[in-house]
Amino acid sequence: MNTAVTSPALDANRRDFYFHIYRQMLLIRRFEEKAGEAYAQGKIGGFCHLYIGQEAVAVGAIAALRPDDYVFASYREHAHALARGTAARAVMAELFGKVTGCSRGNGGSMHLFDAANRFLGGHAIVGGQIPIAAGAGFAIKCRGTDQVSTCFFGEAAVNIGSFHETLNMAALWKLPTIFLCENNRYGMGTALERSAAVYDIAHRACSYEMDAETVDGMDVLAVHEAMKRAVTRARTHKLPTLIEARTYRYMGHSMADPIHGHYRTKEELEEQKARDPIDQLEIRLIDAGLMTADEAQHIDADLQAQVQDALRFSDESPDPAPDDLYRHVYAD
Amino acid sequence: MATHVLMEALSPTMEEGRIAAWLKQEGDAVQAGDVIAEVETDKAIMELQARGHGLLRRILVPAGASVEVGRLIAVIADASEDISSLVDAPRAAAPAPPPLAPATATPEAMVPDDRQRGGRTRASPLARRMARERGLDLATIPGTGPGGRIVKRDVDATSAPAMAVSAPAAPSSYVDVVPGQLRKTIAKRLVQSLGPIPHFFLTSEIDMEQAADARASLNQLGDTKISFNDIVIKVVAVALTQHRECNAWWTPDYVRYFTDVHIAMAVAIDEGLITPVIRYAQRKSIRAIAAESRELAERARARKLAPDEYTGGTFSISNLGMLDISQFTAVINPPEAAILAIGAITEQPVVQDGAITIRRRMRVTMSCDHRVIDGAMGARFLQTVKRMLENPLAIVW
Amino acid sequence: MPTITYREALNHALREEMARDPSVFLMGEEVGVYQGAYKVSRGMLETFGESRVVDTPIAELGFTGIGVGAAMAGMRPVIEFMTWNFALLAIDQIVNSAAKMLYMSGGQVPMPMVFRGPGGAALQLGAQHSQAFDSWFAHIPGLKVVAPATPYDAKGLLKSAIRDNNPVVFLEGEMLYNVKGDVPDEEYTIPLGAADRKREGTDVTLVCHSKTVALSLKVADQLATEMGIAAEVLDLRTLRPLDVDAILSSVRKTHRGVVVEEGWPFCGIGAQVVDEIQRAAFDDLDAPILRVTQADVPMSYNKQLERLAKPQPQAVIEAVKRVTYRED
Repeated sequence: MNTAVTSPALDANRRDFYFHIYRQMLLIRRFEEKAGEAYAQGKIGGFCHLYIGQEAVAVGAIAALRPDDYVFASYREHAHALARGTAARAVMAELFGKVTGCSRGNGGSMHLFDAANRFLGGHAIVGGQIPIAAGAGFAIKCRGTDQVSTCFFGEAAVNIGSFHETLNMAALWKLPTIFLCENNRYGMGTALERSAAVYDIAHRACSYEMDAETVDGMDVLAVHEAMKRAVTRARTHKLPTLIEARTYRYMGHSMADPIHGHYRTKEELEEQKARDPIDQLEIRLIDAGLMTADEAQHIDADLQAQVQDALRFSDESPDPAPDDLYRHVYAD
Repeated sequence: MATHVLMEALSPTMEEGRIAAWLKQEGDAVQAGDVIAEVETDKAIMELQARGHGLLRRILVPAGASVEVGRLIAVIADASEDISSLVDAPRAAAPAPPPLAPATATPEAMVPDDRQRGGRTRASPLARRMARERGLDLATIPGTGPGGRIVKRDVDATSAPAMAVSAPAAPSSYVDVVPGQLRKTIAKRLVQSLGPIPHFFLTSEIDMEQAADARASLNQLGDTKISFNDIVIKVVAVALTQHRECNAWWTPDYVRYFTDVHIAMAVAIDEGLITPVIRYAQRKSIRAIAAESRELAERARARKLAPDEYTGGTFSISNLGMLDISQFTAVINPPEAAILAIGAITEQPVVQDGAITIRRRMRVTMSCDHRVIDGAMGARFLQTVKRMLENPLAIVW
Repeated sequence: MPTITYREALNHALREEMARDPSVFLMGEEVGVYQGAYKVSRGMLETFGESRVVDTPIAELGFTGIGVGAAMAGMRPVIEFMTWNFALLAIDQIVNSAAKMLYMSGGQVPMPMVFRGPGGAALQLGAQHSQAFDSWFAHIPGLKVVAPATPYDAKGLLKSAIRDNNPVVFLEGEMLYNVKGDVPDEEYTIPLGAADRKREGTDVTLVCHSKTVALSLKVADQLATEMGIAAEVLDLRTLRPLDVDAILSSVRKTHRGVVVEEGWPFCGIGAQVVDEIQRAAFDDLDAPILRVTQADVPMSYNKQLERLAKPQPQAVIEAVKRVTYRED
């Protein structure tokens, strides 16, 4: 069942909260920009999938969670780790493959893990994290506690087998799991309308008698409200939800993929940039007198300094030792 | 299905075996691998394992009796099986384990190792290692594996030297004792040795003062106590590396000169004599030789030596010093070319620098096969032995 | 000492471990109401309830992934595949998730779980239901792979597998479930990674696991009786980690080896065993090490062809004759 969501009104009493999510989104933006530069300089290797443009989704959603809830994401997950509380230093060092990274250099961009913050990856097989998140929901249900588990995945993942198998079982067994689809319209270079028989992703939930919502993924407050509803449903009623957040990525699928060209036009990109989630929030806050332009600039300078610090830390950190090759293959 | 229990060849040179004891009785249940009897071979007491399971239905050869290798000595079968055809007409072996009778070397020009031949010798890795350890030339061993591959049983089947003997004294009143297998073998070998080999004997008297001092101070160094015999073994081994013409075997077709020295040391045991071998003695420290000789002697006395531990020597040493023999001649242990007989160390008056002084002296007698060793060769070797014992540092000079 | 079946031994192991540790649960197709496709979980739904004995839809990838997630959140799942043939559908979660999670996360996230079910051929089940993937899983660092042959081993090893903090692939067999054996009532476990000498011998080592153990023991009897050859039978029990010390010490004693395995020949378990032996015990070998495997074909439905395809006693005897250089 689809519900279109309009942007919630601002509440002056929640100024701190707005600053918090503004800072988080901007940190992610500045971080990703620098990560892209570092990749181009050869300091980050392999695959690097940037989240620029989608910040409202990770931030708005994760802001609705408790520290003891579980979060799972795909390989485009730097934002989710940062939003969950992993230090920028630990994330950047992991991208650089250093032993001070959150996965000790073993994971890289696609396998960030921070067990203390219940951020459980970082999964590189499309749709791989979907049943895993439901498994965490299963564990919560077994133990009879009230945490929720959240799964972030892209729209292309809704066509893979594990999506169907998982949503069926989550609905059948009533698992407290939120399936949050970050629909940025394109798989690597394939638009959703070319790969999905049913374009409306939230609509698929009716196959499983599961609650669903579509939300404007460029509006952080809208995402937040939708997520709060899903969290309540999971925590209180032990029911799963499918949320489709419609968003847009400015960069290519990964640093190795074109930003535009065959599969989308520059014009479309510029159009979407005009709806930038961070700009939108900033404008709204300034217009409502909750933030000044000065404050915004201060915050930006501060966050850029944080990212610079993370870069310097990562440059200076050591690689894992050769002996680390065989560590952590087996648990004791 | 009945299992034939046969007298098995349990040593490379065994031709017959005596049942020392049956460890299972008729009617006992038996599993494959169970030890059912103890068999006295020409060298040691060996365990006979069942090769099938069922009941030990019939014992055909009682304890104490001897039979040749391959004869049927018992039958294992199920309770209900009819074994009358087996026990009424005892047959010689159904497929027995591969025979381990000695074989003579093939007539070839002598080659120290198989690298000198054109083309590779095909041999299993185990066979190569065994040949190396026993000082055998692969080129001379016929291979029975696929493509003529030399395998373990082929190496086991090549001839191996037996032990040296010394003649026992006869008692004046008598009692008849049936010779055990070991005694029979000694007797047979004696006749084979002293007869055909042209022995000659060289005696040397050696001043043992410095050797005695050296031994005393070495025994202060550690827990392993070394004996005079250990020192003699080491000295003989090193001297042989300088006189390889005395470290050899005589065979019908060639004389084999060994690079390594494997000393066979005669050990007296209840039933007679056996010669465990200390391999590569020229390379081993005196300490190592002491430990090994003690260990081997213990096991020899308990009749627990494996065949490859008392074969393959290149030179023998027999020491009757501890029995107060001042000097004796020993019989050579074929195919070796020599043996050194060691007498007791005693205090003797000796003329030195024109005066009489008392010194500890020892007499050694070398028996040489004149076909391999001439008088001067043997004498030069003994000179080196004497020099090393009289001045122990000469061992490493 | 009670004599029970392999199936019952597994049932007891599961019950004991689930009673001992509330975080252990069993999940798979037909494990609950149906009492288990092969009755391994008979009566367990009644004892433990439906939150701990969980019937799933036919969705191997999905429920295996759910098992992975439950393990990440602190449970100890036992995921049953009705047969290991179906595990191919779930292999992404077994290999890409379970096996690698600890390493990828730099040691933060262990995966204490067991994947179990019957593998290998049975009787005329056809090509898609007769596969032995032992070496596929033994290939993966991060997994442990166990294949018990007897009821005693099955119970002791399953208990250890459940208590192990790593993902364990546990290979049973339809043809093994009815095998009877002595299993004590008292608590015991068998450590993973330890082979078991099922029969002592001196002339040749038969290295085997799972269904080929019984075959090897029978052949050893025949060899002893008819040919006077004393074969040693070494049951690997765990395929990864392999008990290389046990293999080497046996071959150093017998000097000859024949591996008897039920998978296909190319890159099978035996290939690894042979490599270990030739590398470390080269000078102890009197003959090359031979392997007896399933025929290199998909399994036929036809009864005769299936029998021909499986490892045959005669093939083992021929191999032993070759390595002992016996022509008779």
